[in-house]
Formats: sequence, structure tokens, C-alpha cells
Amino acid sequence: MLNFPDRRAGLSFFAARLLIGLIAGLVPSLSRAEYALNLPAPASDLAQSIYDLHTLILWICLVILLVVFVPMAIALVKHRKSAGYQAAKFHDNLLVEIIWTIIPVLILFFMARPAASLVVSMKDTTKEDLTIKVTGYQWKWEYEYLGDNIRFMSNTSTPKEQIEGSQPKGENYLLEVDRPLVVPAGKKVRLVMTSSDVIHAWWVPAFGVKQDAIPGFIRDSWFKVDKPGTYRGQCAELCGVGHGFMPVVVEVVPPEQFASWKKEQIAMAATAAANANKTYGMAELKALGEKVYSANCAACHQPDGAGLPGAFPALNGSKIVSGDKSGHIDIVLNGKPATAMASFGKQLSDLDIAAVVTYERNSWNNKTGDVVQPADIAARRK
Amino acid sequence: MNTTTINGAAAHHDHDHDHAPAGIMRWLTSTNHKDIGTLYLWFSLFMFFFAGALAMVIRAELFQPGLQLLQPNVFNQLTTMHGLIMIFGAIMPALVGFANWQVPLMIGASDMAFPRLNNWSFWLLPAAGTLLIASFFVPGGAIAGGWTMYPPLFMQGGIAYDMSILAVHILGISSIMGAINIITTILNMRAPGMTLMKMPLFVWTWLITAYLLVAVMPVLACAITMLLTDRHFGTHFFDAAGGGDPIMFQHIFWFFGHPEVYIMILPSFGIVSTVIPTFARKPLFGYVSMVYAVASIAFLSFIVWAHHMFTTGMPVAGQLFFMYATMLIAIPTGIKVFNWVATLWRGSISFETPMLFSLAFVFLFTIGGFSGLVLALVPVDIQLQDTYYVVAHFHYVLFSGSAMSIMAGVYYWLPKWTGHMYDEKLGKLHFWLTTIAFNVTFFPMHFLGLAGMPRRIPDYSLQFTDFNKIASLGGFLLGASQLLFLYVVIKCVRGGEPAGNRPWDGADSLEWTQTSPPPYHSFVTPPLVK
Ligand code: HEM
Ligand SMILES: [Cu+2]
Ligand SMILES: [Cu+2]
Repeated sequence: MLNFPDRRAGLSFFAARLLIGLIAGLVPSLSRAEYALNLPAPASDLAQSIYDLHTLILWICLVILLVVFVPMAIALVKHRKSAGYQAAKFHDNLLVEIIWTIIPVLILFFMARPAASLVVSMKDTTKEDLTIKVTGYQWKWEYEYLGDNIRFMSNTSTPKEQIEGSQPKGENYLLEVDRPLVVPAGKKVRLVMTSSDVIHAWWVPAFGVKQDAIPGFIRDSWFKVDKPGTYRGQCAELCGVGHGFMPVVVEVVPPEQFASWKKEQIAMAATAAANANKTYGMAELKALGEKVYSANCAACHQPDGAGLPGAFPALNGSKIVSGDKSGHIDIVLNGKPATAMASFGKQLSDLDIAAVVTYERNSWNNKTGDVVQPADIAARRK
Repeated sequence: MNTTTINGAAAHHDHDHDHAPAGIMRWLTSTNHKDIGTLYLWFSLFMFFFAGALAMVIRAELFQPGLQLLQPNVFNQLTTMHGLIMIFGAIMPALVGFANWQVPLMIGASDMAFPRLNNWSFWLLPAAGTLLIASFFVPGGAIAGGWTMYPPLFMQGGIAYDMSILAVHILGISSIMGAINIITTILNMRAPGMTLMKMPLFVWTWLITAYLLVAVMPVLACAITMLLTDRHFGTHFFDAAGGGDPIMFQHIFWFFGHPEVYIMILPSFGIVSTVIPTFARKPLFGYVSMVYAVASIAFLSFIVWAHHMFTTGMPVAGQLFFMYATMLIAIPTGIKVFNWVATLWRGSISFETPMLFSLAFVFLFTIGGFSGLVLALVPVDIQLQDTYYVVAHFHYVLFSGSAMSIMAGVYYWLPKWTGHMYDEKLGKLHFWLTTIAFNVTFFPMHFLGLAGMPRRIPDYSLQFTDFNKIASLGGFLLGASQLLFLYVVIKCVRGGEPAGNRPWDGADSLEWTQTSPPPYHSFVTPPLVK
């Protein structure tokens, strides 16, 4: 009564046409695409083992799929009412049911073994060659080479114009940073991770490492990559408005090059310390301040200082910004508890904070004329 | 079976002075399981379209790299509310709607055990729904930290966060009351002769689901209450600076959250296990093992929660335990799929719309099960956690699983509920459009996740462009196709070929012994089940 075999054919035909139309519309973009269908090329042994485990489970799934759905397809074709097939009456078969319970159990045992041994080696962070502390901030990473007095922030470096579409997007759009993590090739690098605000996750797919960075807790992970090169990843745990803009870039370099890079970094830190008491001019501070602002503040307070009503306060015309300098410096240094306003004192140098405070006090409609020096910041740090 | 007769008599007695008021008051004051079922179903359809519209905007933003339509904070609000509303506003109420309509009809009861509680369970929903929708319009906008509400991010929001906590509390109360009602109805009001092992499988799945609800909704309530007190009353449950632990929230949340996903799929198993035998014209294969499979899935669902947390960095023993337990779930799930295929085998199969949706369910849900198995392997999960692969996984189990089984059930029972046949031709068109568009939308997401695209990002790097375009186009078609669903349903409610008592020749449960639509008070005298 409710069976329309001929019209059904007509409908599926229509649906198929629709699909073809949809695909045809995509052909221009299809032709130039390189379609990544699988995990990225592994750069570490761990990632390779994960890759192989994934391949193995896919084959197993495929076999099960065929074993289950080939009979189903046969039934759908042959045992049709419209083909005049009479229904059988059976509804139980203990033997069959036992068999198809036991076989999957065996398959799972077979799968569990390689997975378990891989888990154990992923967790083995002993015998490391160097340890780097990774701290997540909304929305950047800080890398600290433990024992070496090297510490820096790694910010996204994709220009706003590219994100908003007024400039063409670069090759590494959203996957580029101002200062990458630099590590030596062929050495076991242990990462200890934490966060200063919300949960983030440090992830480089080619390494097979993804680890949540949890405020107040320390977790560790490791990788060893033999081939020098640049490897890219992203924050993998939703961490607020900047979550999509929090890339991870790791530069793997030969050990000699790593050693000279380290020397450079230490020298740079020394120059910065020497400049602590220098005084700067308004123009200089504002120029630097604008950079610091767009890297650290603009995501919430917006490039035009207007904020997002209800979520993030405006800085343009703000009482704190146009009020006393010390109140302004304090909130930047110490943040505001239970809000997204972080304590930037931990993240930024005195110079950066002096610059950004000067910038905020002298931009948009704010015209205090105040010039804040690094020494002012140092004085308010307790 | 004493109670049954007593209840039957009581319903009979009521009959005389329980004439339904007309107009709006009929719906506001209704204690009738059919009216309330209808309300649940319309509510969930509305929420389905609302949350679906949010998804359309999300897909439009993700059509190409760069920020075009939305600021990231609005994007995060949309993904969060899409998930929250789909789960609590669309899928769960739809399934409770089925329980309201079908459980009494299928066990030969005159109504639910607690009709007034039933009214209250429903009318809490619009209140919660209004709070959720209104939260978009308060300063700061809706919650934006993901439907999983992880602190400390969840501490950083405005008033919408408190409104949503309140809404989820209300939804939870509604679910618990609904569940208690369903349990009591099933245990006490079955027709004489209907032993537990003679109940239709749909009733079994709902019985077990209701126990899951009673067990885990209070856990969710605890978790969000702790969030609330952390936000406003100076507790530090999840704040490391005050001696708390943010990861503890995830443990509590997923202790609720994993059973929750089975709350959304077990009744679907029940619907599909009803539809397939009907159109295969052959009894369900392995009824007893189906019941045990559902029960063991429900049990296992309590001991797998931390598979959502493999990247938080648990000890090896923890990771291994939760990996093994998760893999175990694949066994009863597999048994169900095997049983459905065995039911089809040597049946006399026809392909009406409910059957098409059920067959697609069996195939596509299994694909979701496979990706679940892939994710169960800790090392592979570490690569795929929080990527589009997980998005693909849960849409295969929740859209082609729960949502499409709900559509199967709607087409299957609409003739019973309305007394009219739906438009079979349009129903089939809806099926094909939905199935094709669904796969075009979500299959490429497996590739995106494998290639390394994180979930919950408003913008992506260039390598992900093409699959995102395909997914967006598929998504628009999928969204548009659901308007056809709405049209078919409205058309069927308004009129159509009379359905007769039993429009499906292969159907044999009790509801088909009633007229279509069934009388306002059905089974006033309980039927006798041999
Ligand atoms: C064979 C059965 C299944 C297995 C082995 C399985 C396994 C998993 C695993 C390991 C995850 C965590 C992935 C991650 O975040 O890294 C996951 C996520 C998820 N699964 Fe399943 N699953 C199964 C069936 C289901 C079913 C039936 C549903 C719902 C009807 C479901 C809904 C979900 C959802 C909603 C998530 C993601 C939650 C979120 O993070 O927002 N799964 N599943
Ligand atoms: Cu993030
Ligand atoms: Cu789960």
C-alpha cells in the first residue's frame, strides 16, 4: 500500500543529481586542493606509532564493516517484499549470538595490547636531555628553558589585516608566531606544562604530543625529533575569544645551532636588564605600546579600545585609564580576579608594560599626556 | 497486576469529569499523556530549528578562512549554545515526547502514573528554554565556554552564565520528574499478562534510560551548583589558587556526561528496534540479548567517563582502565547492530520512510561507533581529542543516530497520532536529502580532524579550506531539508489519507489495536496480553 518502487527510483535519482550539482559547484576549488585525508607525516617515533596504530584500527573497522554490511546489503536487495520474498520466522540463535559476542572480544584484546604499550612509552618522561616549562596564557605561550635563564613569550604573528581580509592571507596563516620554541634535534625534550589562567592544550600533531596546560597543576610530556625543521600546531582546548589564534611553532635545529642560539638569548636578556633605567620618549613608547596592545589586549578590549559591552570593558574613556597612573599600572600588573583580565606583570617586561600603559593613556579619546617609564613599573611591582 | 486494575478503574472513574478544557487551557493544564507528548515534541522541534539556525551561522562563518560574519566571542556563544540547546532542548525532550505518547499505549496503560507531575515536567521546559534564548540578549551575550562548561573559563562570564546554570537546573528537574514518572508507569501499569520480558523493546530502552536519568542528572546539578558557588559565594572547588582542582569538574561533569550520551541513544535503539521488525515483517532477532545489551551499555556507561579527558594527563593506570572500559562498550553495541542485521536477514523488506531512516541509522550509527572505537585508543585519542574528528564522531552518533531515529519514529507513529498518513513521497525526499546532506557535511570532518583542525575555532589555516567549504554547503542543504520535514509534519497533522488502526501490516504492539488517533483516554479497561 505504501510502497512506491518506481517513484522511489525517481527520488533517489533527484537526490543524486543534487549531490552531483553540489560537487560540480566545488570543482574549481577541488582541482587545486591537496587533500589531507590522514594524520600528518609523523616527525617523532611516538607520532609514527600512533599513525600505525590508527592505520591498524582502521583496517579492523573496515573488515568488520564488510562482515556486517555485506549481509545487510544482500538482505536489502534480495529479501524484499517487492521481489515477492516471504519472511522467515526465526528470531533467536544462541550459537550465532555467542559467536558474535566472543569474536569482538578477541579483536579488542588484540587491539588493546599495542595501544597499552604505546601509552606506557608516551608517559615515560624520564631520561630527558633538557626540560622546558610551557605556560599557557590567554592567548599566548611562554617558554622557559629550565636551568638556562631563558624565558620568552610566543605570540601569534598573523596580522589582523589578514584575518579581516584586507590583506591576502600568508602561507602559514594562523600558524605563525613572533618567537618560536627552539629545540635541538635528536634530543629528548621534556615539557612541563601549566597555565596562568584557564586550561589550554599544547599540541603539535607531527610530534604526537597534546597535553592540557592546567592552572595550578603541572603535567609533563615529551618528544624527540630527529629531522630539523619547523613544526606547527595550535592550542587545542577552548580558552576564550583568542583560542583560534594561539599557535604553537617549534623550530627543531641541529644541536650546534641550538647552542649558539642559547648564547644569543642569554646575551639579549643581559642587554634588556641594562636598559631598565633608561628613559624613553612618548613617541617611542607609544609605537612599542601599540604593538604590545594588539598582541595582548586587543582581543578583548578591541583595537579601538571600545571593548565588548557586558563582556570586556572599554578602555577608551575609561575611568581607570584616565585616572591616576598607579591605579592603571596596578590593574595591568595584577589583573582583576575572576575575570578574563590577567595579571600581565608575570608575562610582560617593565618596558612593555610602560609602553602599553603610555599607549592606552594617550590613544583614542584618552589624552592624559602622561609618559610612563619602565622604572615607574618596577617601582609598583611589589 | 493488582495495581493495573486499580489504576484502570481509577482512570475510568476520572473519565467522567476530566473533560479537557478547550483552547490554550487544554494545553496549559493538560494531564493527558498524549497532549503532553505532543507538547514535548513541538517544543523539541522548535528548539531543533533554533539550535539548527545557530549551526547555519557557524557554518557560514567557517565557509572560508578569515573572520567574515562573526567576532570570535559571538562565534563561541553560537557553538556553545548550539550544543547545549540541541542536547537539552531538542534531543532529550523529543525522546521524552515519544515516551509520553508511546509508553502508555505500548504497555496498555490508560495514562502516565503521575499525570500532574507530567504536566509540570513539561511546563518547566519553556521556562528553561526562554532563559537560554534570552541569555543571548543580556550584556556580554550567552555563555561561550563550550557546552561542557569547563572552569576556569566558565568563571569569566557575565550574567548569562548564571542564567544558563539556572536553566540547566530546571531542565534537570524536569528530566528527573519525567524519569520517575516513566519508571513508575512501566513498573506498575502494564496490562495484565505483560511481563517485563514481553514488553516492547522501546519500553525497555526507556525504562533503563529513565534509571540513567535519575542517577546522573543530580550529578550534573551538583557540578553546576559548585560552579555557581565558585562564581559568587567564594568557594574554590575548581580554583587551584584556593586549593581546588579544575580537573575535578571534568570528572564530575563526564560522570554525568557519558551516561548522558546513552540517555540520548538508548531510546533511539528502542525506536529502531521497533521500526525494523515492522518493515522486515519478521520478529526482532535476539530480543533477550537486546535487553541485556542495553542494560550492560547502561552499566558500562558509568565507568568510561574519563575517556573524554585523556589529554588532561592521567596516570598510566587511569588511562589504561578507561581505555579498556571504553572498548568494552563496543561489544554490546556491536551485538545490537548484529541483531538488527539478523532481523533484516530473510525478512520481507519494504522501504517506507521510517524504515529508510532506520536503515540509515544502522549504517551511520555504526560508523560513529567505529570512530568511537578509534577514539577509545588512548594514543590515537591524544592526537584527535578536541579536533574535528570528535565533532564528526558525535554527529554520527547524535545526528544520524539520535536525531534520525527520532525522525524514523515520527514518520512511524504520525499516522497513529494524527489519524492521517503523511505524504510518503515527500517523506522519502526528506530522507534522501537529509542522509546525503548529512554525510556531505560531516564525513569530511573526519579528515579535518586527522589533518589537525582543532574544534571550537572561528577561523582556520588555509590547508583546511576545501573540506570546510564542502561541509558548509552540505550543512546548508541539511538545514534547508529540515524545513521539508516541518512541512510534511504540518501537512500530516492537517489532513491526509485516513490511516486506519494499523497502517503498517508488520506492526504488532498494543498501540495499533487502538483507533488512529487513539481516543483521548485509551485502554480505559486494560487489554489482556497472552
Ligand atoms: C561504541 C561506542 C562509543 C565509543 C567507544 C565512544 C567513544 C568516545 C570517546 C573516546 C570520546 C572522546 C573523544 C575526545 O573528546 O577525544 C567520545 C566523545 C563523544 N561521544 Fe562517543 N563513543 C561511543 C558512542 C557514542 C554515542 C552512542 C554517543 C551519543 C549518542 C556518543 C557521543 C559522544 C559525544 C557527544 C562526544 C563528545 C563530547 C564533547 O567533547 O563535547 N558517543 N566518544
Ligand atoms: Cu585554546
Ligand atoms: Cu563518552
